[in-house]
Amino acid sequence: MSGYEGSDLFIALLNITLLSILFVIAIAIARLRSLFAIVMLSGIYSLVSATWFVALDAVDVAFTEASVGAGISTALFLGAMLLTSRTAKAEEGITKIVPLLVVIATGAMLVYASIDLPAFGDPNSPANTHVGVEYLERTKPEIAIPNVVTAVLASYRGFDTLGEVGVVFAAGLAVVLLLGFGERSLGATVRQKDREIDTNANPGGEDER
Amino acid sequence: MIGAAALAFVIAIALMLIRALYGPTLYDRVLAVNSLGTKIILLLGVMGFLLGRPDFLDISVLYALINFVATIAILKFFRYRSFQVPLIRKSGDRQ
Repeated sequence: MSGYEGSDLFIALLNITLLSILFVIAIAIARLRSLFAIVMLSGIYSLVSATWFVALDAVDVAFTEASVGAGISTALFLGAMLLTSRTAKAEEGITKIVPLLVVIATGAMLVYASIDLPAFGDPNSPANTHVGVEYLERTKPEIAIPNVVTAVLASYRGFDTLGEVGVVFAAGLAVVLLLGFGERSLGATVRQKDREIDTNANPGGEDER
Repeated sequence: MIGAAALAFVIAIALMLIRALYGPTLYDRVLAVNSLGTKIILLLGVMGFLLGRPDFLDISVLYALINFVATIAILKFFRYRSFQVPLIRKSGDRQ
């Protein structure tokens, strides 16, 4: 942890920079109508916010955000775009105002709730006074992993994490059983039907995709 | 010195962001996302040294892997309009 104390100004500057980048991206996502551009920008948003989580020392959250937000959900959004149009309709009238009001109200509530929170890194906060101190003191001699969160998740609560992995595996397996893979998948069946309709409407014509 | 490098990466990220926002074609946006990911990785590495904890390098290596896979997935989507096409084609396939 040496050198950490002298770099507070740098951390503050970095947080402000990353948050302003996130702000610009969020405004752009709300204003754009091209769905593909929105998918690309949401990937950037996830990547930048993952970097911000690293700057805030939440490395495990950053891992999840980078792999789920920037990786998997970009691919899922692109797959969903196959089934719909490429541009969004412009909202008019009340549908343009109500989401803004909801967002402002939620933001105001979150800011109001954050007033009561203890300061960042406060040694007297509830998280740092009960069992957290025990973990911080024991992790280094017992497990010798530099990241305490990793030590808690993978070692102290190893059985809990194993159970979670089992649950996620069962959920993924159920999705695969429902949707299928390869030639038997739902998408392949739909495309096969499309091709039959095409050849019936245009007999002899080579379908060019 | 490292601070100047971090500043340069932030400026590069801003430039890539402008390209991703205004990019007229889809390929401009894909390229902007990919190189912005690279700049984020470099910024993470530099950030680790600035904060005095070079452990961040491991995280940036993982980000590099995710960035690469995501770019391949997007480009494959453009080429085939589907994710269900294998990347390596067998000799008998047409198209």
